[in-house]
Amino acid sequence: MATVSLEKLVKRYGAVEVVHGIDLEVADREFIALVGPSGCGKSTTLRMIAGLEPVSDGNIKIGGRVVNDLPPRARNLAMVFQSYALYPHMTVRENMGFSLKIAGQKPEDIAPQVEEAAKTLDLTHLLDRRPSQLSGGQRQRVAMGRAIVRQPDVFLFDEPLSNLDAKLRTQMRVEIKKLHAKVQSTVIYVTHDQVEAMTLADRIVIMRDGYIEQVGTPEDVFQRPKSKFVAGFIGSPPMNLKDAEIADGQVVFANGDRLPLPARFRDRVTAGQKVTFGLRPDDLYPAGHGIHSGEDADVHKQDLRVILTEPLGNETLVFSDFAGAEWVGRMLNPRRLSPGEALPFCFDLSQAHLFDRESGRTLRG
Amino acid sequence: MKGWRPPAPFLLLLPAILVLAAVVIIPLILSLYSSFTPFRLTQPASLFTLIGFRNYARILTDIEFWTAFGRTVLLLTVALNVEMLLGLGLAMLVEKATRGQRLLRTIMMFPMMFSPILVGFQFKFMFNDNIGLVNNALQSLGLTDQAIPWLIDGSLAFFAILVAEIWSSTSVFAILILAGLLAMPKEPIEAARVDGCTPWQTFRYVTWPFIMPFAYIAMTIRSLDVARAYDIVKIMTDGGPAKRTELLWTLVSRTAYADARMGLANAMAYVAILLSILFTVYFFRKLSAARTQIAAEW
Ligand SMILES: Nc1ncnc2c1ncn2[C@@H]1O[C@H](COP(=O)(O)OP(=O)(O)O)[C@@H](O)[C@H]1O
Ligand SMILES: [Mg+2]
Repeated sequence: MATVSLEKLVKRYGAVEVVHGIDLEVADREFIALVGPSGCGKSTTLRMIAGLEPVSDGNIKIGGRVVNDLPPRARNLAMVFQSYALYPHMTVRENMGFSLKIAGQKPEDIAPQVEEAAKTLDLTHLLDRRPSQLSGGQRQRVAMGRAIVRQPDVFLFDEPLSNLDAKLRTQMRVEIKKLHAKVQSTVIYVTHDQVEAMTLADRIVIMRDGYIEQVGTPEDVFQRPKSKFVAGFIGSPPMNLKDAEIADGQVVFANGDRLPLPARFRDRVTAGQKVTFGLRPDDLYPAGHGIHSGEDADVHKQDLRVILTEPLGNETLVFSDFAGAEWVGRMLNPRRLSPGEALPFCFDLSQAHLFDRESGRTLRG
Repeated sequence: MKGWRPPAPFLLLLPAILVLAAVVIIPLILSLYSSFTPFRLTQPASLFTLIGFRNYARILTDIEFWTAFGRTVLLLTVALNVEMLLGLGLAMLVEKATRGQRLLRTIMMFPMMFSPILVGFQFKFMFNDNIGLVNNALQSLGLTDQAIPWLIDGSLAFFAILVAEIWSSTSVFAILILAGLLAMPKEPIEAARVDGCTPWQTFRYVTWPFIMPFAYIAMTIRSLDVARAYDIVKIMTDGGPAKRTELLWTLVSRTAYADARMGLANAMAYVAILLSILFTVYFFRKLSAARTQIAAEW
């Protein structure tokens, strides 16, 4: 069990800097998810922690000890790779017991530990197969088993579920959550899938272009995004983000359409300020079909024309036309809507966000 | 009334069958047949006297033949092992190179492009006791002040031949093993490092099992080659001095042409082929086993 600290961590490939001095404190037994779009430096960061990539600058500490110059084997970590990286010439049993064998344990001591992990992961009947005789999901479980058997201080996952189909992914997500509850180790989990991050992590680290945009609990990053980027990245479907200007104490969109200035931002903006207005689909709903009653003080009602609907059974995503753009809203207890139909919508402005258009930072205190 | 017509596939294959028969099967049968006769080039009529297994019986008790046989096996064993180790080392070095790898790969193939005759001459010159590079270098370095008789002393000559063989064929191993290294997925190696392996353990438990089939392919190819080791020896020592570097194939050619005993030579050749086949089968078995192990898809 151990803490992990990144201090001004930098990675350069030749002259190109891909990780720009990031700081992060991971508590003991914490489940941290590193998310961000492809190419933002998640894997690079994880591989530096693992010791597979040399650190260009800054420090990595595991359990308070600087490990920059230690080889991977001296760091007591386990890593699960996106491609699983199983040893093709070894059986499942040998794969899972390999780290113990290398550590010099006796075969009779290794066997029970492997069996135990195999039982946890429902792999017992596959122990004598080779990786090539397994399905993707089974390989994934073997990769996890190999990590568990090692009883590491820190688990590192690099997009472990992205090669699985949607159904298996959901299933394995639950497995990983259960596993963390059971083994109680520190986990650093890299993914580009914000749903995985939201459902699994104690805290989420959102990365972009080699910088950390925000660190926070799932509620934090969902409800209080610090930037336009985080707002757009977390949540599905993504937040409606539209450019606007402040005028006459109102939010004025490019085509002249207006919304009242949300109460929370009243003394945080100045007239003429260029902003980006953000509203989650949950906070834009046909009257009577929202999470809230729609009768609160800061709710703005307006008739909108429906462009398109996506019925999902329990709810319907409604794309409607406002301010010369397409806005997506979420309709609970749905009824059939036809394109072109106009109906009253509620904008729940108490939940709205305003970002500075230039810097992308939130205007909220 | 229709006559019998051979099936179309047979007709279509007929030209190929005829060519194969003319260039492969008939000479093979002819040489096999002649190994049962006392055929001498100087007495063509002897081709039609059958003597049963007398040639083979004679080989069985022929010291000269078994010495050459043993020397060939020794050459094969030493050469293959050294080539394999050197090839492995070379391949791993080249694989590490981040820049100029293509150039290095091309350079690595140079020895294969030389004809064995040229290699023979080249090393004959290098190992020449008076004007050779090797002695010259040794003397300049002050390691010796004598002219070492590389190609004259029996075991030194064997060593010199071995060096020439190894020089010309290590690249077969290097290239095939390099192909294996390049085809190898990198993640298992990283997984092994995280799993606690030292660089040596990573090689021993992960890299080596993966490239082993490639090494066996090279072994198989080379085992066919060395059993035919002729050109280099022919040029460098011609089996001499006093037959002290005689290999199977120099012995066969000497028996066939210098002694003109074609029938006996052919019998020897068939025994030699048997040796070659044994080696090949052995390595092929190993190859299949290794392939199954890494679950190769080829
Ligand atoms: N070995 C390398 N050499 C040069 N650039 C690299 C190397 N590995 C990754 N990069 C670059 O670093 C950036 C971050 O990559 P990576 O950490 O793999 O992103 P991701 O967040 O998708 O895992 C990318 O722009 C990538 O092109
Ligand atoms: Mg990645």
